[in-house]
Amino acid sequence: MAEVKEIKKVAKKAKMADPATASIDPATREMLERAQKLGVETIFDRAVTMKACNIGSQGTCCKNCSMGPCRLPLPKDYDEATDERKGLCGATANTIAARNFIRMVAGGAAAHSDHGRSVAEVFMSAARKETEAYKIKDEGKLRQMAPHLGVATTLEVDGEVQDRDIDEIALEVAEKSLNEWGKAEGTVEYLKRAPAPRYEIWKKQGVLPRNIDREIVEIMHRTHMGVDQDYKNLMKQGVRASLADGWGGSMLATDMQDVLFGTPFPLVSEANLGVMKEDMVNIVIHGHEPVLSEVIVEVAQTKEMIDYAKEKGAKGIQLSGICCTANEILQRHGVPLCGTFLQQELAIVTGACDAMVVDIQCIMQNLANVAKCFHTKLITTHPIARMEQDNVVHIEFDEHHALEDAQRIVKLAIDNFTERGADVMIPKHKSPMVGGFGVESVQYHLGGTFRGDYYTLNDNIINGRIRGIGGVVGCNNARTKHNEAHIQVVKELIKNDVIVLTTGCNAIACAMEGLLTPESAKVFCGPGLAEVCETVGIPPVLHLGSCVDNSRILLAATEVVKAGGLGNDISALPAAGSAPEWMSEKAISIGQYFVASGVYTVFGTVFPAEGAPVFQRFLFEEMEKMYGGMWDFEKDPILHARKMIAHIDKKRKELGIDKARERVMMDMSDRMALEV
Amino acid sequence: MSKLVAFAAIQGGYNIVSKVEGDYKKALDTFNADTPVGFPNTAYYLPVIYSLLGIKVEKLEDMQKVLTFCRKLLPPHIKSRNHLPYLGPLLDAGMAALLAFEIKEGLRYLNEPDFYHVSEECDPENGKLWLGAAEDTVFRKRGVEFVDGSAPGFAAIVGAAPTPEIAKDIIEEYQKRSIYVFLAANHNGTSVSQQLVEAGVQVGWNTKIVPFGPDISSAIFALGFANRAAMAFGGVQPGDYKKMLMYNKNRIFAFVNALGDVGTEWGAAAAGCVNWGFPTLADTDIPEILPTGVCTYEHVIANVSHEEMVQKSVETRGLKVTISDIDIPCSFGPAYEGERVRGADLYTQMGGGKTQATELVKLAEMTDIEDGKVNVVGPDIGDIKEGDVLPLGIYVEVAGREMQADFEPILERQIHHLVNYIQGIMHMGQRDIAWIRVSKAAIDKGFTIKDIGVVLHAKFHQDFGAILDKVEVTLYTKKEDVDKLTKRARGEYKTRDERVDKMTDEDVEIFYSCTLCQSFAPSHVCAVSPERTGLCGAYNWMDCRASYQINPTGPNQPIEKGEVLDAKLGMFKGVNEFVAKASRGAITQYNFYSMVQEPMTTCGCCECIAAMLPSCNGVMTVSREYTGETPCGMKFTTLAGVMGGGASSPGFVGHSKYNITQRKFIVGDGGLLRMVWMPKILKDEIKERIEARGAEMGVPDLFDKIADETVGITEEEIMPFLEEKGHPALSMPPIIG
Repeated sequence: MAEVKEIKKVAKKAKMADPATASIDPATREMLERAQKLGVETIFDRAVTMKACNIGSQGTCCKNCSMGPCRLPLPKDYDEATDERKGLCGATANTIAARNFIRMVAGGAAAHSDHGRSVAEVFMSAARKETEAYKIKDEGKLRQMAPHLGVATTLEVDGEVQDRDIDEIALEVAEKSLNEWGKAEGTVEYLKRAPAPRYEIWKKQGVLPRNIDREIVEIMHRTHMGVDQDYKNLMKQGVRASLADGWGGSMLATDMQDVLFGTPFPLVSEANLGVMKEDMVNIVIHGHEPVLSEVIVEVAQTKEMIDYAKEKGAKGIQLSGICCTANEILQRHGVPLCGTFLQQELAIVTGACDAMVVDIQCIMQNLANVAKCFHTKLITTHPIARMEQDNVVHIEFDEHHALEDAQRIVKLAIDNFTERGADVMIPKHKSPMVGGFGVESVQYHLGGTFRGDYYTLNDNIINGRIRGIGGVVGCNNARTKHNEAHIQVVKELIKNDVIVLTTGCNAIACAMEGLLTPESAKVFCGPGLAEVCETVGIPPVLHLGSCVDNSRILLAATEVVKAGGLGNDISALPAAGSAPEWMSEKAISIGQYFVASGVYTVFGTVFPAEGAPVFQRFLFEEMEKMYGGMWDFEKDPILHARKMIAHIDKKRKELGIDKARERVMMDMSDRMALEV
Repeated sequence: MSKLVAFAAIQGGYNIVSKVEGDYKKALDTFNADTPVGFPNTAYYLPVIYSLLGIKVEKLEDMQKVLTFCRKLLPPHIKSRNHLPYLGPLLDAGMAALLAFEIKEGLRYLNEPDFYHVSEECDPENGKLWLGAAEDTVFRKRGVEFVDGSAPGFAAIVGAAPTPEIAKDIIEEYQKRSIYVFLAANHNGTSVSQQLVEAGVQVGWNTKIVPFGPDISSAIFALGFANRAAMAFGGVQPGDYKKMLMYNKNRIFAFVNALGDVGTEWGAAAAGCVNWGFPTLADTDIPEILPTGVCTYEHVIANVSHEEMVQKSVETRGLKVTISDIDIPCSFGPAYEGERVRGADLYTQMGGGKTQATELVKLAEMTDIEDGKVNVVGPDIGDIKEGDVLPLGIYVEVAGREMQADFEPILERQIHHLVNYIQGIMHMGQRDIAWIRVSKAAIDKGFTIKDIGVVLHAKFHQDFGAILDKVEVTLYTKKEDVDKLTKRARGEYKTRDERVDKMTDEDVEIFYSCTLCQSFAPSHVCAVSPERTGLCGAYNWMDCRASYQINPTGPNQPIEKGEVLDAKLGMFKGVNEFVAKASRGAITQYNFYSMVQEPMTTCGCCECIAAMLPSCNGVMTVSREYTGETPCGMKFTTLAGVMGGGASSPGFVGHSKYNITQRKFIVGDGGLLRMVWMPKILKDEIKERIEARGAEMGVPDLFDKIADETVGITEEEIMPFLEEKGHPALSMPPIIG
């Protein structure tokens, strides 16, 4: 034993992360150095001490029964014709990889959709007026979403069409929405929001999800030992569950969050650890669900709390966020972004984080260990997301007592301000940014109150100023240099006139790099995209929100299709998706619903099907024939971006817009043919 | 740098809205809040505001709502760094500015009622240059040209050119392309309008060069004109701003030329125009906005030289125009149609009471004439001196395999506008009462009488190539030849008139459809029979037949009238079937000869609208020119608004002036004897024909029994007159079944 311990110690010392290769971000490097100096271990260090399991990462380790785990690594001399790899039960590499793959879809879809359900439940209490803290804030959005759930927004009184009472609409929307998770009959309502040909494809392929929960349950059933053993049939269910996420749970979450908290509109803010302030109470909010954080934002701005903070010697309260909760409160309130997924521990390492309030998803358990080294209170708030360490405070949040809970949390943070150690070090680095884009605000900004229309975007795609649209999203992954792939992919795209829609940690990475400023267009974009950005006054990279807000990208793509001139389905668009630094199961679910929605989607880091080449080929090639969209994998960020551009060019050619557009001069009969 | 444009225009928007808010407050100090406001003789209130927001500004206090809207529309100012997107805000600020401009002009009509000259024509000698908002009569007449394509678009020119000559050159280029020119605003103390007057160019609606006003705010009249056209002819509903603006983008090809320094207020106005899809081209160095989308092509182009201004404008708007290339020394095109040749400018004239001038088109044998030959028999311009007059006989011989004698009058009628298209030449009248006036300017350019022949040959081929192959023109200028031609022509006219007059609906098996207006009034289908000419007055049965032969797939299609379902009301099976199909089921049947029961549909283009007057047991009709109130309680424009768009409205019907005295005119309801009221202007215009038709119907003094506005404008007011005169309608059976 002693010997083993000795080796481990030596290894640990020898294998600390090198800040210069761990991240491209100077703030992250500074904080990593500081952590190492203070002897605080972080994910960066563990990434160099612990290797990923080679077989697991290939997707070919089966541990679905206790006869295994059965490990089927790809042989060095792999030959498809002679591949006879099998698990004990005979499951092939394809079956194992497909089962693992769709279990990831299930995990991701469950995460998004359960988040959506929580929001729906809060929405219900707001509709029932059971809570003071939540109200129907955006009536317009409610009226806009209601018809998609089959809820009428008008009614006829004595032959006259009148607006229906908003409370009535809210109640019915709440009921219909909640029903989407478990209804006994029919299919998910929002699927019909997709372009009609897309819906028909889903119908033809038999992948219309019946309800949100059921498809996830069915994945767990099908992947149980000895059930579905045909990778194509397994993937059919994977597609169905992913659609229940993208066009179901996620989209409902986004819509209901907009109704409760307001639809985002462009606003300015800042990003990176430098947004924390030494002389203020720093509350860092981390996770994914805005239900609590919305109230914390409200409470932290009250005079009572600010006065209380001043009493304790602080100049005020500085809120900032990490991961998608950050994106949610950024998009709606301009609360600055503290950092990406990989910076969560480092926010505490500053020594200035008085409280880190976490809800659900992407919260590293090591936060508690890091918090222990500083004065930081780590507060878990969600009943389904607690931690075993004893320094973690749990204040369970309940929408019926939202204000009190939030006050308790903010107060706790303020009280903790006086407990700070002398050694506070906040990196200076931060970047200005513009965020708050969404389907509605993009439309407005493409022509104003009177002429706002996606056609303005389409026209510039058709005329070639904009080559295409890239949706770049996703996590950070400690196995690659922090933010490097994000930034290189995005820069390569905009350099080639591809406008980028971003969400999640990619959005935060771009914000930190200054790519979310309008000024970046001139510096990084090709001439066509730069000109359009200059005309509209937008950054070349548009921040559309959190990871459930990928549903906004689906709807934006649908709007582009509707605006005309670029085919009649999402798969016809010169567009491509990407997750350069993905790590979570949610990313796989997102990727899958993008593919099934007709988008060519490239992932970076690793691809969890490499151990089963036949199955991988199904994802990369055959899915295109079925859905018009397909998966791809490319680790090298530049090649990654170029693959996307090549696909965009292919689509431009198919649309016949690969050549310079002629200036058509119209006489009256030409004009008559134009729609008005 | 769009950002600079946005920054300046948003600033401009704030300035404009604030100023107009001040003007409004001041007006409230002077006038009562319920003082009526608005532009003269229009049913569209302040038309931009009405069309986009659906708000009817009728009283001074109604302006408050609009100003509140403008204020709300104004976006935040643009920061210099890490700014928010500004394209949407820029367009909103522009819109706020334009809406405020319309309020400002509304206030001007209130504060200075005589500021604008309410007329189609300018009177610059008497200081009446500015025309302001077009009356509904003017816009109806002119607006049709925009929607049917005869006017390809308009150039809204603001500011002033460096010199009057440059202004004149630019405008002439537009005229050549038949593009209307709307003028507003000033620069360096002058304006293009004033420069044109200085350069001797005629301005006014008749020459398609319209001086709206001296300030940038008067540019709003151009947009009000466009939006009214979209409402009246395009069926766009007030308040449907999306459709209104898209209609303008895709149908009304207008653009802005900014001559002179573009300040914040011009910038705001230009940004506002982008909402309409109207781009701006400037002769100064302003930031450009080149990407496309809101406009069809570029949004703002700068540094355009004056020589290139017209070509570049037309290209930027994506407007295809054809310049008639006819080998004569003068410019030629529809733009010159309304030009006058006044006494001081006159070099010579033919006809008009001074001499005889006669026009005749005749069918000829292919072998007898030589195509393109123009003979001048007698003295030409070179042989006379200024002030002399000449007799003139225009004799056109036409041959072609498809040509027939019935087309002669149709071709002959073209002579009027074709001669008018020559710059500096004015043509009035027709047949044996033609009158041609030639200006000194035309003589200076080298005009000769022969050029009339050149024009007729070229245009006949261009417009009627499908029916004719050869055209030879002979121009007689010796008295004896002209007299001889006149004598022969009079005989021809008589035969023709008798043929048309005698032709009845019963005589023919084929009627013709006219769907020329259908893109504007989607369910309207005109059916034209010999005794019911088109309600626009432009097309009779013969014309439709000719048009069908010229263009077999065009808007005039033959309709087999088929079984007569009701001879009295004029319902035909074949017509019903056609109408149902052409209106896509919206209208399944109508009557030719009744306005009470299922009358024919009406588009916005009718010359007159008849309305039932139940307490007089009769009907009235009102023509477009009459802007006053009528006994049915509605002005013409209101009636047209209610009726237009292709609706069949029992109790109302649109018709042509000529139709009033045709034998089948509402004969199902009792015919012309039902007519109890007409505006004087219309009554006088067709006096002779009313008398003739009245006599035919046994009431020779019918003309004197019909009331007009001098008698009254309500049913109660005219009733005693009708009783006193013993109007036949009073003793007819009740008009409603």
